[in-house]
Amino acid sequence: MKTEYKPLSIYIHIPFCVRKCLYCDFLSAPAGEKEKEDYLECLTEEIRREAVYYKKYEVQTVFIGGGTPSLVSALWMERILQVVYDNYKMADEREITIEVNPGTVSLDKLQAYYHMGINRLSIGLQSAQDNELKLLGRIHTAADFFRTYENAVKSGFNNINVDLMSAIPSQTVDSYKETLYKVLSLKPQPAHISAYSLIIEEGTPFYENTPELPDEETDRLMYKITDDILEENGYHRYEISNYAKPGYECRHNKVYWKRGDYAGFGIGAASLVNNVRFGNTGDIRTYINRIASGGNCNPEGIRCPGNGIRENIQKLSVKEQMEEYMFLGLRLTEGISCRDFYHTFGVKIDKIYGEVIKKLERQGLLLCKADETGDMRIALSEFGLDVSNVVMAEFLLE
Amino acid sequence: MAHIDQSKIRNFCIVAHIDHGKSTLADRIIEKTGLLTSREMQAQVLDNMDLERERGITIKAQTVRTIYKAKDGEEYIFNLIDTPGHVDFNYEVSRSLAACDGAILVVDAAQGIEAQTLANVYLALEHNLEVFPVINKIDLPSAEPERVKNEIEDVIGIEAQDAPLISAKNGIGIDEVLEAIVEKIPAPSGNPDNPLQALIFDSLYDPYKGVIIFCRIMEGCVSKGTGIRMMATGAVADVVEVGYFGAGQFIPCEELSAGMVGYITASIKNVKDTAVGDTVTEDKRPCSEPLPGYKKVNPMVYCGVYPADSAKYSDLRDALEKLQLNDASLQYEPETSIALGFGFRCGFLGLLHLEIIQERLEREYNLDLVTTAPGVIYKVHKTNGEVIELTNPSNLPDPAEIEYMEEPVVSAEIMVTTEFIGSIMELCQERRGRYLGMEYMEETRALLKYELPLNEIIYDFFDALKSRSRGYASFDYELKGYEQSELVKLDILINREEVDALSFIVHKDSAYDRGRRMCEKLKDEIPRHLFEIPIQAAVGGKIIARETVKAMRKDVLAKCYGGDITRKKKLLEKQKEGKKRMRQIGSVEIPQKAFMSVLKLDEN
Repeated sequence: MKTEYKPLSIYIHIPFCVRKCLYCDFLSAPAGEKEKEDYLECLTEEIRREAVYYKKYEVQTVFIGGGTPSLVSALWMERILQVVYDNYKMADEREITIEVNPGTVSLDKLQAYYHMGINRLSIGLQSAQDNELKLLGRIHTAADFFRTYENAVKSGFNNINVDLMSAIPSQTVDSYKETLYKVLSLKPQPAHISAYSLIIEEGTPFYENTPELPDEETDRLMYKITDDILEENGYHRYEISNYAKPGYECRHNKVYWKRGDYAGFGIGAASLVNNVRFGNTGDIRTYINRIASGGNCNPEGIRCPGNGIRENIQKLSVKEQMEEYMFLGLRLTEGISCRDFYHTFGVKIDKIYGEVIKKLERQGLLLCKADETGDMRIALSEFGLDVSNVVMAEFLLE
Repeated sequence: MAHIDQSKIRNFCIVAHIDHGKSTLADRIIEKTGLLTSREMQAQVLDNMDLERERGITIKAQTVRTIYKAKDGEEYIFNLIDTPGHVDFNYEVSRSLAACDGAILVVDAAQGIEAQTLANVYLALEHNLEVFPVINKIDLPSAEPERVKNEIEDVIGIEAQDAPLISAKNGIGIDEVLEAIVEKIPAPSGNPDNPLQALIFDSLYDPYKGVIIFCRIMEGCVSKGTGIRMMATGAVADVVEVGYFGAGQFIPCEELSAGMVGYITASIKNVKDTAVGDTVTEDKRPCSEPLPGYKKVNPMVYCGVYPADSAKYSDLRDALEKLQLNDASLQYEPETSIALGFGFRCGFLGLLHLEIIQERLEREYNLDLVTTAPGVIYKVHKTNGEVIELTNPSNLPDPAEIEYMEEPVVSAEIMVTTEFIGSIMELCQERRGRYLGMEYMEETRALLKYELPLNEIIYDFFDALKSRSRGYASFDYELKGYEQSELVKLDILINREEVDALSFIVHKDSAYDRGRRMCEKLKDEIPRHLFEIPIQAAVGGKIIARETVKAMRKDVLAKCYGGDITRKKKLLEKQKEGKKRMRQIGSVEIPQKAFMSVLKLDEN
């Protein structure tokens, strides 16, 4: 009898960087060599040890994020991936992404990545203006980026994402446009572009000491320009802040929004397995000590939270699953499928959210449209995309 | 039965400006006379509400009896009646004073005489009390006892050269004060065999005993079983218990006779029956006439009080009912607001009283409240001859039906150091004050006399006074009467809908300015919506000011990293929770605190 494998995504966290960017609130920090070594040992150990719980799964996507994963040597990166390959069943058509920082990768490293099976790169550019990069606290220049991109193409990568940021200090509509056009002049054009507008998060240097930022009108204009220019160049906005050429949507990201199963490894990594959400400790010392002392850390980790690395284990109720289904699914421009909602929960969406949907549609925030199969799809309107938090909050149930 | 020897009783109070150390001195007297050891003393025994201790003010009169063994070898009974110290409670103060035979005047050795000191001393002198001064806080570096002594003699005209120099806080000079009480304060008089005549100076509701009447026996005596009658309210009851005041407890005794201060219980259900200032007499053998000075106390300031959660309406009603058991001056009646739902229009003696009640409702009864702008009682003379007493601006009749309106006016005395006279006069001018005169207390200080409309001083006048005099001005007022005035109703429209809870009455000359400031304040308080919201101020349908809350253009969470959605969910939950605390007016959601923030429209 043929085994039916369930799809799984894996996230691997590398919490190191050369220097923290001024706007960054992710779990990352500069670290010494010894600490890095210890961490990577434990990370591979966690990936290996956890595999036993995923025997019925087939890995569709792997995402190595950070921090700055490209700070880790190619040798170490290969060891990490080898542990994944050796312990998990890998799908033939898999997507393996690594985030790289333009200041930290050589041609050799990129070639090594390609050879170890990584087939997607995500390069953090943010801006093609050196003065803007400096104000963000980035460690690289625009020239570093163009060199990295060229090397990446040379190494064989054809699925490359470029991260851009709008509404950053000293940016103008013109300088932003220039950034966009410079990126679009790359040969070949990147398959994927993430375009975020800067949000000042609590706990960052920018929060403590907020620089002067482009005003709201400018911010909106930049958003609009992004949309217009990228559409003209053959990109499709498939998520609030993500654009892709046909066939190059980030599969890994979509798993998050569609609530597929994913396992996160490393400090602070989040997982969703069988409607249980759990996260790893964000403290690197705790992580290393507990992994090294053999602390168990399975997803049903309820058995061993005492000396394990898991935190915030949460079994989602049906109500919570529905809420998530809505507010995560709506991030995708394809919206959510009423038919799929029914298949997932065994209840019609109208019964749960009928009133809310009607109200939001009336306010011009949601679009409801039947597709060619007769399925009703609900998606954010253009305005709804801009104020998505307001819309999503409406889907929380009492 | 032998009555207590009147010559060994001293009934007195302490008068002072706020912060000059009245309650601290009271504590020292209690401690020194051995009623409590200092270990047992909770700081400031007499201020026993949390709120009183926090604010350092006395809200309800408190009374305590102690025994003092004087240097002459005799034991004296001291009845110390601690009076409320705020202009809102002036009437209570006057009744407490009437229960005393003498008063200790406490003056701060650094600050000297203040407006409230004067007001209280004059009140004491009016009641023929023997007043002797003590100079407090003499251990402060800035103390100038000699200057203050001279000031007392010059300004008040009482002997001050041998005033005890004390520090109540550090227990300096307290023995001297105790001896002075024996020597200078006269013993009470009154004949125990005359018909009962007792002054009610306070009352308290106790769930077990019913109302506890605090009184001073002027003539006659009262004991268990005496049939008594309140002469003004006409309430009749049989005495269940009499006694005197320990610190924080009631100690029953056989009888209270002329000259004594104590309490009476008689299974009375409501403090309304035992009005402060009323005379208690024997039902069967009444005295020929009541004691002078009784008056019915009426609220001066009104506002709407609503539960933030409309489901808590009945909790609010129960809480008000309970508070009223102990506070006959608190009035309330149900009202409905389109914006705020069901609530109560409440009447208070003044703004402090309002704040105290509001805080007690919130703390002791755990209620979240929304209050509307406080207002005074206006008299509306209609063209048909009818006169309405208006406490809620929404009830103002159509302007066509109004002949004219009147507003309450107070006589105010402001004491201020000379350098700030200019700025304080300017403030009074802005508040439509009528200058009556100025007296110099001494070279550096003056007493300004003004008539001011009450509605100009009820919100932020006191704050403004303090800020424009760097805290040096002090202020006292009393109601003078009603005067005709050009008043208009200012309405606030949010998204073109009138919000009744934000309407208020204002003089026509201040309407524009107030309207503009209201709009500005509301603009800051109302969060952005998906559409633009005009905020307008209008008088009689004519828009006089406008602000706009711009439409929300962006509210999106950028990155959801590594599939960690917990933070995103928290953010959405916060957003939703915030919405719950809003009041829906048409399609606009207004935060509860917006209703209150417009009350504080200070200068900046």
